[in-house]
Amino acid sequence: MPYFGSEETVKELKRALSNPNVQADRLRYRDYISKVIRYMTQGLDVSALFMEMVKASATVDIVQKKLVYLYMCTYASVKPELALLAINTLRKDCADPNPMVRGLALRNMCNLRMPGLTEYLEQPLVAGLRDKASYVRRVAVLGCAKMHSLQPSTEIDSSIVNELYALLRDPDPVVVVNCLRALEEILKDEGGVVINKPIAHHLLNRMKDLDSWSQSEVLTFLLRYIPRSDEELFDVLSLLDAFLQSPHAHVAMATLCLFLHYASSHTAVQNDALQRSTAPLLASCGTTSRELRFAGLCHIRQVMRSQPSLFASHYKRFFCSYSEPGYIKLHKMEILVELVNDENVALVLEELRSYCTDVSPELAQAAITAIGRIARTYTEKCLEILTGLLSLKQDHITSAVIQAFKDLVWFCPQSTASVCNAIESCTDRPQDSEGKRALLWLLGEHSEGISSAPYVLEELCADELKTEWSPGVKLELLTAAVKMFLSRPAETQDTLGRLLHHCIEEESDMCVRDRALFYYRLLQRGIQETKRVLSGPKSDPSLSMLTGRQEEPVIRWVSDFNTLAPLMNKHDSMLKESERLLATQPMGVFSALAPLMDNGTSSPLQTERQRRASEPVVTTTENEPPPGDTDTTLSSHGKEDEEEAFCLSASPPLSHEEFEKLWVELQTLHTQNLLAPCAQTAPETLQAILQMVHIQTLAFTPAHTLPWRAFLYTRSAATIILTEILQEEDTVQVSVKQYPENKLALRGFLSTLQSAFQTLNAENTCENVALSF
Amino acid sequence: MISQIFILSSKGDHLIYKDFRGEGNKDSINVFYEMVTALSGDQPPVVMTHKDLHFIHVKQGGLYWVASTKTNPSPFTLIEFLNRFAGLTKDYCGSLSEKSVRMNFALIYELLDEMVDYGYIQTASTDILKNFIQTEAVSSKPFSLFDLSNVGLFGAETQQSKVAPSVAASRPIMSNRGEQGGKNEIFVDVIERLSVVIGSNGVIMKSDIQGEIRIKCFLPTCSEMRIGLNEELSIGKSQLKGYSSAVRIDECRFHQAVKLDEFDNFRILKVCPSQGEQTVMQYQLCDELPCALPFQLFPSVEKDYVNRVLIFLKLRCDLPPKSTALNVSITVPVPKGSVSMSQELSSPDQTAELQTKNKALLWEIPRFPGGAQLSALFKVDVPGLSSASLLEVGPVSMSFELPKQTCTGLQIRFLRLSPTQTGLSHRWVRYVSHSDSYTIRI
Repeated sequence: MPYFGSEETVKELKRALSNPNVQADRLRYRDYISKVIRYMTQGLDVSALFMEMVKASATVDIVQKKLVYLYMCTYASVKPELALLAINTLRKDCADPNPMVRGLALRNMCNLRMPGLTEYLEQPLVAGLRDKASYVRRVAVLGCAKMHSLQPSTEIDSSIVNELYALLRDPDPVVVVNCLRALEEILKDEGGVVINKPIAHHLLNRMKDLDSWSQSEVLTFLLRYIPRSDEELFDVLSLLDAFLQSPHAHVAMATLCLFLHYASSHTAVQNDALQRSTAPLLASCGTTSRELRFAGLCHIRQVMRSQPSLFASHYKRFFCSYSEPGYIKLHKMEILVELVNDENVALVLEELRSYCTDVSPELAQAAITAIGRIARTYTEKCLEILTGLLSLKQDHITSAVIQAFKDLVWFCPQSTASVCNAIESCTDRPQDSEGKRALLWLLGEHSEGISSAPYVLEELCADELKTEWSPGVKLELLTAAVKMFLSRPAETQDTLGRLLHHCIEEESDMCVRDRALFYYRLLQRGIQETKRVLSGPKSDPSLSMLTGRQEEPVIRWVSDFNTLAPLMNKHDSMLKESERLLATQPMGVFSALAPLMDNGTSSPLQTERQRRASEPVVTTTENEPPPGDTDTTLSSHGKEDEEEAFCLSASPPLSHEEFEKLWVELQTLHTQNLLAPCAQTAPETLQAILQMVHIQTLAFTPAHTLPWRAFLYTRSAATIILTEILQEEDTVQVSVKQYPENKLALRGFLSTLQSAFQTLNAENTCENVALSF
Repeated sequence: MISQIFILSSKGDHLIYKDFRGEGNKDSINVFYEMVTALSGDQPPVVMTHKDLHFIHVKQGGLYWVASTKTNPSPFTLIEFLNRFAGLTKDYCGSLSEKSVRMNFALIYELLDEMVDYGYIQTASTDILKNFIQTEAVSSKPFSLFDLSNVGLFGAETQQSKVAPSVAASRPIMSNRGEQGGKNEIFVDVIERLSVVIGSNGVIMKSDIQGEIRIKCFLPTCSEMRIGLNEELSIGKSQLKGYSSAVRIDECRFHQAVKLDEFDNFRILKVCPSQGEQTVMQYQLCDELPCALPFQLFPSVEKDYVNRVLIFLKLRCDLPPKSTALNVSITVPVPKGSVSMSQELSSPDQTAELQTKNKALLWEIPRFPGGAQLSALFKVDVPGLSSASLLEVGPVSMSFELPKQTCTGLQIRFLRLSPTQTGLSHRWVRYVSHSDSYTIRI
């Protein structure tokens, strides 16, 4: 953060650093240098001191050297010409008799990250790879990767690659692991480091010498090796067996991951490994570090997807302790629900019951939902608890209980009678919209069971007219009223009439108005017809079989195991996925787009695309990630996220001149006929509507002139879309140009435009209907 | 691999920032801080994503220790590494606080430089690191013998200065090269965390002990040390030795440097401790506690007048008469809408207050001798009280510390340094049990 008088500070430091008296006093000099680093960390720009700092690097004081190097690595990319001055000192240090100085200099030289450095780097690096001291070799090995990343486009130096492969046999374990890491980076384009049988066995034999960090990393590298025979496989696994129980969670998890991968065709081995991993997994859930607990819990949930009962005997370990943060408690509750069985159900329910009065409303509601889910199997006990909670008369509890009731009735029809009784005797009304919707659904669907239902509905309806509710609640209210009218017409008629009148005449939300109109017209067709349309199943017990415990094969989640994916917010991982899809632009989108591009113009590009779209390449939508590239395997959510990721924006604005220039330069990508907006639509209305969906209208001809023209543009992600609308008589032709091409954005744009037109048409007809009402 | 590592204070000040791969930029610190402060209580903050950068963080000593990465690594590795980094910082700086990190930033940069290169973890062992670390730690407060008397183990107020050297263990491991203050000390702590749920009928529903033996070593070099545990210690459900009341644990795990060749027969751990803090053994015991629970609570909750709840708590400490529980605090949830409370406590050093925000009352007892019984009466005014509101009272949760106690009964029989060890060395053994979660239903 910038401080007051930051320039003054820098000037003062400069003066002090160049003062010969300060330079002579070692401690004072070092003190000023650490001041510079302190300001640098705080965010002050001290790059102006580069010259002074370079001078300070020529010292015998190692602490000072380290500080200066830290400074240089931070600012070298800003001041490359000055950084070159430092190289001499660094190169001299690379030949120092002290291995620590050699290593330090070499590491920081590689860290400078500025262009034109490679020519100076090569010689000390090669010398470093053959250094006597393992410390220098470690640095040099990673230095090769750094050098490669400075010039990623250049040819890979095969002599360095060979040397690195040879260093895999180095006596120092860290050098070995660094070699793997460096090779992985250098050979990224060729699929990373090759783990063949001799290398794999060499690494396996070295496992015991490595420290825990290296162990887990080597285990991850070994994932890409496939043992040739079952015999070899079991040899490898028995060699690694001890690591399954490692006291370090990261080693134990990496080993488990390897077991699951290797033994993918031996289910018994997999199950055995999972069984033996319960101890380290449970231990990670009991550590003092909350973050580790959380990671452990998330991974336990993964394992439970295949083996729901694995942790059943340890259910008490998932009781929440009161000092734990909410996110851990929520996960523990989710796990508890899965672990319920005949023996522990009473204890688990009592535990969950005590969470229901938690201070945090979210936790209390989650506990109630959990009890609701257990109720699908152990209905009576849970219903007793849930009904008891209603008497607390607290808004958030009542709301959650009613929502739990709603789900319960749907899954277990046998509970209907008790739920109806509970609702009947509950005088408290939920205040949030989710709770209201659940209550309304129950009232509408089971009005026969709840004798007071019409009066409750009337009361809710009166409330609704007084205060503004969310459209979702209004829709549910309409449905409930109509359904109740079908079963108890006499008591509901009045309420329904008023409600319909209100929704059609005074409602501003289009969906609610349309729904009200729909019901009104449906009722006009007669009661029988309405019943036929509206009556559906009141419950679906078969669904609980589907959503209940089902054992997934290990293969479904093993690719995500021991990665960040299980820990991510659902929202985050979906976002990530859609970004990835956008970036890679899978071929599948072509095929989806192809039918849209029928009466296309005959630009060579387009025909090319059509040809490709019709080829069987299309089937590669699944995007099988390359085995080494873990980044793309984060999670495998469906493609439906594409729609959400697509987003239009009209800014930054485009001037008339720029538009014209682009329009002339680009070729028409796509033309299409759309439904014409109604004749009476003023262009201004169209403009306003398009603006709402972030499509900017640049120019249009006056209204009622034929042919009528308009020019639009919009941006999406990195592309710009230009459009001409040409209206002649009844047809509207849309021609689209785009730069650079992005099929996804184009498709999204077209559907947005189309729905904008449809809205416009609906608006008009709606107004007409409303007038005639 | 790690892109950046940074340490932030709880207010978002940048204390340490190091970029290993030049992939991210410094703005990501602010992005992280905005994201972490915007989260509500029950959203998991451990992993967060901004564009293609993932932030993994742990919170220790009131500071955020953050690593950012562009790849998808093992969360266990990163979280354990960050914990280890915080632990090392504590070892080297003496204590973990914003102040000590600020004062020792040069040292911490030096540590990071050796621990991570180009985003890859190189080492995290004190034995290796101590050869490379040159900067000396600045202690945030001068070490003084007078401090020992009243500040106790884990920051507790204790009266045990004659027995256990308290703050002595929180000093930098390497600060005293050549100074005479550098005592050759080694501390062996047996720490147990107790989590218990007691049902409303007084039956123990869950009891669970997580324990560990932790060594904090200030010896510059240490050859093999032998730690003798109770000989009658039995591990696992089946194995029982002799007829005497055996000390039993369910399972245990050891640090990889521990040699166990004498463990099976003599229960002796052999270890060469490196400087700093390390956990030698972790163990746990589920259900069937060998001793009585430290506290028994006899609560009664009644509706008094129209709008008042009477909560009468009788608390008995079942420790042996000579021992004491410290910092006992009892939290009782009260009905929503409680406005005020009056209390009758049995001694002036106890305090009680009503926390309307958490709708709970908090009763604190600084010292609770074994065998004693305390009672307290709370009258809570709740406008619009209904009989159902009484259901909201409870469950009671307690937190406390039991110095010189282990609930499993695990003891250290002896602590022997090998005869070749040069110089005078002080050996200290400390025991403490504290509550992880102690819940009593009403």
